[in-house]
Amino acid sequence: MLRKFTRESLKDSSLSTKDRDRCKNMFVLGFVYWMYNRSLSSSIEFLNLKFKSKPEILEANVTVLKAGYHFADTSEIFSNRYEVKPAKMSKGLYRNIIGNQAIALGLIAASKKSKLDLFYGGYPITPASDILHELAKYKNFGIKTFQAEDEIAGICASIGASFGGDLAVTASSGPGIALKGEALGLAMMLEIPLVIINVQRGGPSTGLPTKTEQADLFQAVYGRNGEAPIPVIAASSPSDCFTMAYEACRIAIEHMTPIFLLSDGYIANGAEPWRFPRSKDLVDINVRFQKERKEDDLVYMPYKRDEKLVRSWAIPGTKGLEHRIGGLEKHQETGNVSYDPENHHQMVKIRAAKVDKIADYIPLQELESGSENSKLIVVGWGSTFGAIKTAVRDLATEGVDVAHTQIKYIQPMPKNLGKILSNYDKILVPEMNNGQLIKLIRDLYLVDAKPLNKIKGMPFEAQEIKSAILNMLNF
Amino acid sequence: MSKVSDFKEQVSKLTPKDFASNQDIRWCPGCGDYSILKQVQAVMPELGIPRENIVFISGIGCSSRFPYYMNTYGMHSIHGRATAVASGLKAARPDLSVWLITGDGDSLSIGGNHLIHMLRRNFDVNILLFNNQIYGLTKGQYSPTSELGKKTKSTPLGSIDHPFNPLSLCMGADATFIARAMDREPKHMREILLHANNHKGTSLIEIYQNCNIFNDGAFSTFTDKEIKKENSIYLEHGKPLIFGTKGDKGIVLDGFQPRIVNLDSDAELSEKLWIHDVYDRNKANILTRFFDDPSNEKALPRPFGIFYQESRFCYEDALREQLVGVKKSKGTPDLDQLLSGPNTWEIK
Repeated sequence: MLRKFTRESLKDSSLSTKDRDRCKNMFVLGFVYWMYNRSLSSSIEFLNLKFKSKPEILEANVTVLKAGYHFADTSEIFSNRYEVKPAKMSKGLYRNIIGNQAIALGLIAASKKSKLDLFYGGYPITPASDILHELAKYKNFGIKTFQAEDEIAGICASIGASFGGDLAVTASSGPGIALKGEALGLAMMLEIPLVIINVQRGGPSTGLPTKTEQADLFQAVYGRNGEAPIPVIAASSPSDCFTMAYEACRIAIEHMTPIFLLSDGYIANGAEPWRFPRSKDLVDINVRFQKERKEDDLVYMPYKRDEKLVRSWAIPGTKGLEHRIGGLEKHQETGNVSYDPENHHQMVKIRAAKVDKIADYIPLQELESGSENSKLIVVGWGSTFGAIKTAVRDLATEGVDVAHTQIKYIQPMPKNLGKILSNYDKILVPEMNNGQLIKLIRDLYLVDAKPLNKIKGMPFEAQEIKSAILNMLNF
Repeated sequence: MSKVSDFKEQVSKLTPKDFASNQDIRWCPGCGDYSILKQVQAVMPELGIPRENIVFISGIGCSSRFPYYMNTYGMHSIHGRATAVASGLKAARPDLSVWLITGDGDSLSIGGNHLIHMLRRNFDVNILLFNNQIYGLTKGQYSPTSELGKKTKSTPLGSIDHPFNPLSLCMGADATFIARAMDREPKHMREILLHANNHKGTSLIEIYQNCNIFNDGAFSTFTDKEIKKENSIYLEHGKPLIFGTKGDKGIVLDGFQPRIVNLDSDAELSEKLWIHDVYDRNKANILTRFFDDPSNEKALPRPFGIFYQESRFCYEDALREQLVGVKKSKGTPDLDQLLSGPNTWEIK
């Protein structure tokens, strides 16, 4: 039927039958435009751009698009039309953004603001590859993308680039992150900046590569040999991927640490309107390379720390700072190899304290909605944001007062999170896994939080969260 | 840690001592690594490269402790991955002189993948592959270069792993500079190190290194005074392939087949001796196949020196060219333009 209509609308076209048939999708799109009472102009604009150099194909697509629209109008197959009113959104200039694209933009912005070259070492994997594709488009920003021979080489090359003074990034998904595990430990020992992005997918093992899940939180927080704390942050929406990618770079550089940024398949491929920032409004990122050592200066101590417990970044090419670093345990200040028992005990404590200290340099936790008097708080992280927000908003209109907070900084947690949670008798933690954030929260704050788990490779629907809340409130 | 007095380098030439760090060396007494360290420290001042621009990167194993003993920048990374770390460093900082220290287990077993990829990309890095045909740091298991039948702690009945021929493997990965040296031949090693440094691209030097604890005498055929000249041949570009205690043996190429000839008894063939040409890939491939068990009576001598060298673009240069080129064609980028993208709308 569809093919017939498409061919019929193109009977005067000089295109081959095969090419005519490829316009079928435009017929459907035109039909849908009619159903939702929208103007065709944005798609026509898009086609004009897309087929600028192929006027025959352009004309055919536009013809079929219009034919689909008019067919819907005259055939009376549907008697109902829908109109979606513009969403209530803050004033400002907007664009459309996809999660993985936002991550790439966040990294580029951080590179520009920090004035560091961006180095990206990675290996193709679903659903993280689009970050590599995006970055490769913007090489005029001086971005070095390196498609390595495997995941391990991807992160190790990034470690090398970071040692050399670049803003280094690697990205992957669960199985790829597993391969990077040993190198993550090295980066932590070296105490050099490195951003590791995990666009999570359904696991375990190869799992559900094209489906979404939040089951790599433990992998990010704990997944290394030895005591190897690494900060972990998570993006909660496609546009938030920009903010959190930028934050990841800021924390990595200013705290001289590898850092995990968690995204997932849902927001990585999801799109939303984004009131994008002006570059001048982005916070500064302070890079402090250790300066050349003069003849009378003290001997350089690579592992001496400042008030943030952060060591200095001394890059090759800087006179007088020649030093050796590596994965072996090292002396607290000189960085020389040390097997001293007391030193090891202290170094483990110092590296943990250094990560904890980041809590002084991140925003305090805020409520998305509700108040401290609400009967229940929903605690989410990552891509569950939208579904939780909708569920809580719907309940508010029905007179059920529920609070919502979305955790973006997971390791360390914001300093006031424990206090916020202590206000509530009932805490619900929806996650697209078998319960991971909830265990961290129970561990840190000794609260009686209840899980809501969905492990189907699909995001939550607001209704599912709504029912769980009502259940907990005995409605 | 460098001493303040080291700064006299600003006015005078550096010495090998300036390249020695203050760390105690922890290799076993008598280890072949000492000789290699000494040669590398001796060669460094001659390179004319400021010390701060030199970086030594290693993986894991006995040899990989090397960077700790060099007073340069250095990283003791993780097992098998020094090649990957060095690739990233060189891509980020083509201005640095990067040296990579690895062993037969580190680069041919756990790090085999990264090694071949570094060679094909041809980063301008100097790789020193310490081959002692054994795992030393883990106390004596067979390695990917151990000979067939080798009895070790992990192969009490003898190894059934066919060993790698490292230089042949490197030729297969399109290496642009391959050479073989020996811990016991420091003067020769020194020459090779200088040539490797001058080569633009990945230089791989396989260095036979004696592990006197777990594999003592692995290369005695090529080091024992009485027999070494019968079993080894030192390659020199443009010179005929001659060896033997009395220098009375040569190699001729009979089709693709190398043959040993006696220079005294076979005058006619002696005029057709194989002349070494470091730029001849086919001959280099055959040379790397001079890999017989030396106990075999008809064994070809084991070659030392530079086998092959070619000029090919380096990854880091091509990367730079692309970046410069795209900046020229697309213009100076504006972050705000990037953030807004091509389509925006305003909500008033």
